[in-house]
Amino acid sequence: MTLYAVTFYVLAAIVVLSTLLAIIQRQVIHAVVYLIVSFFATGLLFYLLGAPFLAALEVIIYAGAIMVLFLFIVMTVRAESGEDKGEIYQWLPAVILGIISLFVGGVLIFEIPGSKTGLSTGMATPSAFGQFLFKNYWFPVEIASFLLLIGLVGALYLGRRESRKGSEDRR
Amino acid sequence: MIVPYGNVLLLAIILFLLGAVCSISRRNLLMILIGVEIMLNAAGLAFVAASLKWRLLDGQAFVLFIFAVAASEVAVGLALIVYSQRRTGSLNADQYNQMKG
Repeated sequence: MTLYAVTFYVLAAIVVLSTLLAIIQRQVIHAVVYLIVSFFATGLLFYLLGAPFLAALEVIIYAGAIMVLFLFIVMTVRAESGEDKGEIYQWLPAVILGIISLFVGGVLIFEIPGSKTGLSTGMATPSAFGQFLFKNYWFPVEIASFLLLIGLVGALYLGRRESRKGSEDRR
Repeated sequence: MIVPYGNVLLLAIILFLLGAVCSISRRNLLMILIGVEIMLNAAGLAFVAASLKWRLLDGQAFVLFIFAVAASEVAVGLALIVYSQRRTGSLNADQYNQMKG
């Protein structure tokens, strides 16, 4: 077992454990903080699997931007308004379905040829990745930027304060 | 050699199912959105592993687009959550039954 394998298994354990702790939390703010740990470890996994640029983006976008956005929203809305009671008929079917899917997926993964072959180390430098991206995928990059613009406009439209007409009959 | 390819896929499946279970079984709208984020992250992990296995950069390019989709999805989703919380005063998905006659 090489050092890479030990690193992978430690990071995988951190990711699975922190995600599991995140999804069973009652308070949303605790879940968000656990998820920041999970996304940091996922970024390190990306680095281990040869994607240093995506590792940086994972930390910046997921752990930085998205989770901080969640934190702001959790602090903005009232905390007690979304209480989960956690009855057993609610989470038990989901857990059973998840375990069945995990079993089937695991059998399927280890039956396909090529899953036993080891991944050898490699590294795609950010400059090579950027050149590849803008050489082969320049049009999807433009579409993605347009999608981000539409998301920005939609968030601004939905989040505006209802000031003038129509604010009385809304509530 | 790092690990067999199937181990990374198994980790991605576990993460995806954790996100799916979170998204199915919780009633808080924020937790449902968090489950969606976990699922997108797991898909990105599988893409990066496949990109390393076949030595092609296409997988990493797709992860970049997954990031863009996740960012815009969380922006619009959180704006919708704030909007519906402002209208109904609740984050519980069970209480959105205003169309019931």
